[in-house]
Amino acid sequence: MRSVIDIPDLSLEELDALMDRAEDIIAHPDDYADICHRKKLATLFFEPSTRTRLSFEAAMYELGGQVISVAGSDASSVAKGESIADTVKTVSCYADIIAMRHPKEGAARVAAQNAAVPVINAGDGGHSHPTQTLADLLTIRREKGGFNGLTVGLCGDLKFGRTVHSLINALSRYEGIRFVLISPEELKVPSYVKSEALKKRNIPYTQEQDLESVIGDLDILYMTRVQRERFFNEEDYLRLKDSYILTPEKLVKARKDLCVMHPLPRVNEISVRVDQDPRACYFKQVLNGKFMREALMLMLLNL
Amino acid sequence: MTVDSIQNGIVIDHIAAGRGMKLYDLLKLNKTETPVAMMMNVTSGKLGRKDMIKIDGEITLNLDVIGYVDPGATVNVIQDGKLKEKRRIEMPERLENVIRCKNPRCISTTEQELSQIFLLTDREQKEYRCLWCETRAAKI
Repeated sequence: MRSVIDIPDLSLEELDALMDRAEDIIAHPDDYADICHRKKLATLFFEPSTRTRLSFEAAMYELGGQVISVAGSDASSVAKGESIADTVKTVSCYADIIAMRHPKEGAARVAAQNAAVPVINAGDGGHSHPTQTLADLLTIRREKGGFNGLTVGLCGDLKFGRTVHSLINALSRYEGIRFVLISPEELKVPSYVKSEALKKRNIPYTQEQDLESVIGDLDILYMTRVQRERFFNEEDYLRLKDSYILTPEKLVKARKDLCVMHPLPRVNEISVRVDQDPRACYFKQVLNGKFMREALMLMLLNL
Repeated sequence: MTVDSIQNGIVIDHIAAGRGMKLYDLLKLNKTETPVAMMMNVTSGKLGRKDMIKIDGEITLNLDVIGYVDPGATVNVIQDGKLKEKRRIEMPERLENVIRCKNPRCISTTEQELSQIFLLTDREQKEYRCLWCETRAAKI
């Protein structure tokens, strides 16, 4: 049974095929309106999530399927001590495909090994969130027409952000990518990510601390939140926090065709005044995420 | 210091000095009733210093454990006081229920009877990662 737990579970050809399928869904939604007739998606969300669960559910409804749902571990049998293995074996009797979010890292792999239907990891703690990366990839491809020759800036908390590590891993499989990693010293990309994704594949990258000084070089700017609690001291946080907040003033130096992305939810790292700028792509990312989830479910259901 | 030769049993030799106790623990030799001699910091022509474990009696050993702790170790099977077989040790691709994941957020800390599985992800660096959460195992 094929499941998707992490981006490396998908080959480069499959990533491209998923994006092609998503483009086709966008272009011809009526062709897909009943494709999942009589199919049921089970969304098992053992920790709070708004957008990801809604995105999966909206995706299945748009494909003509139905959704059964468990949200919050309190209400479910897991709260009574049931294992993930037993939960998904049970849910496999009701649903054709499962999307699961769980606070424990590796939970989705346990689910995939025990379910009789495909499992999609909708986030397992700080470990992996592959459908976010699929949304990011489609957004970049739609906005830029491809990946070749792009300079991708990643800004903010590059140490703890799972979306950033996953995106670096995925993009480094494409030719001609260059990274500019913009973060405070404390929140740099971990060395194992750099050695596995960048150094092994000879991907060029630079590490910077100041967004404004490099913003003009970027084709993509992927913002993430810098959290106060990640800093060792208050002084550094106060000194650096404004460097990692995107404002229309900072965008003056950016290219006209820059694509600004963010995995959302944002707090204050992108000023709401940026939303009006045509370069703001983060809500397009949300929409693209739904289409990629549709494409992924179709792939796993062999439809 | 001398330890008597064994008639029938196993000698784990050429263990890097300092790793013998770790191997003793992971092989759970404290649970066996077979006589076991643990020798540490023995002079070695090849290694300078080495650790050595002699097990006097027939016993089944998990060779993966030895390969994980020290792939340079050798396993000599002794029968009737003579060397019957010398086993080559390799780093195992997979370790099951040998070490535990130290990540408190790993699903293996809560899921019932879930095996602790580690995969060899970098042979050069001798790096193992948890199958479930991909956390690196601590270096020995």
